[in-house]
Amino acid sequence: MELTLNHYLLLSAFLFTVGVVGIFVNRKNIIVILMAIELILLSVNINLVAFSVFSGTITGQIFAMLVLTVAAAEAAVGLAILVVFFRLRGDISVDAIDMMKG
Amino acid sequence: MEVIAFWILAVIVGAAAVFVIAARNPVHSVLWLILSFFTSAALLVLIGAEFLAMLLVVVYVGAVAVLFLFVVMMLDVDFVELKQGTLQYWPFAVLIGLAFFAEIVMVRTVGVGTRLEPSPGADSNAEAIGQVMYTDYLLLFQVAGIILLVAMIGAIVLTLRHRPYAKRQNIARQTARRRADATELVDVTPGKGI
Repeated sequence: MELTLNHYLLLSAFLFTVGVVGIFVNRKNIIVILMAIELILLSVNINLVAFSVFSGTITGQIFAMLVLTVAAAEAAVGLAILVVFFRLRGDISVDAIDMMKG
Repeated sequence: MEVIAFWILAVIVGAAAVFVIAARNPVHSVLWLILSFFTSAALLVLIGAEFLAMLLVVVYVGAVAVLFLFVVMMLDVDFVELKQGTLQYWPFAVLIGLAFFAEIVMVRTVGVGTRLEPSPGADSNAEAIGQVMYTDYLLLFQVAGIILLVAMIGAIVLTLRHRPYAKRQNIARQTARRRADATELVDVTPGKGI
């Protein structure tokens, strides 16, 4: 038995699912929601790299690098918004973000 | 052998990911996140994508996870109170997760070959990436740089605040100051004082 693409796709699917469940479960803590998003992006990266390696083209790894860039930018801006929100409200619960009544 | 290594690492990644979303303390969540990033990097090394693996360690563990750790420790939140009432969401979330996972796994069966070519047309993985990144994908590379710049400026603008009571150095005032404004020469008579 050898290592195949399906192994990596299965792992990536599991990580993605854990990330989605994490967003549903943590209704009170935005930091953990951001971490769940990072997990989802990690699974996407694993998927892209696995496809790139097993199909013999390098493009997927370039794309994974761009996803990594966007993930880092997203974490920085997301956490900055979180810090500003905490200064304003003194709370980081998802339920507290209802000022716009959307 | 490779498959055994894969399953060991995969179980570690999966367990760490579950603990990220289930841990009571967000600091523990961040530490589990770091473990899952490290182990994912090991998984990428396993299929020969070593450049991406090192990038994962440098960017995710070195920058993103540390940023998370800083913010978790900076915010003075009662995390015990935050966790209350989350138990009611678990059955619902697990149900959705199972359905989601089943759907992805059903789609997953693809007919891609099993050849391992992490660096086609080059000696090392980093060389293969470099050869196309600075030629075919130069524009994307520069756009990625602009994205990072915008994110950096955005984060600074969002979190920077001027406290009126904080003392700051005013360089213009400092350099405009002359000796005559600051000092006075007094001829003191002996035994009299000023």
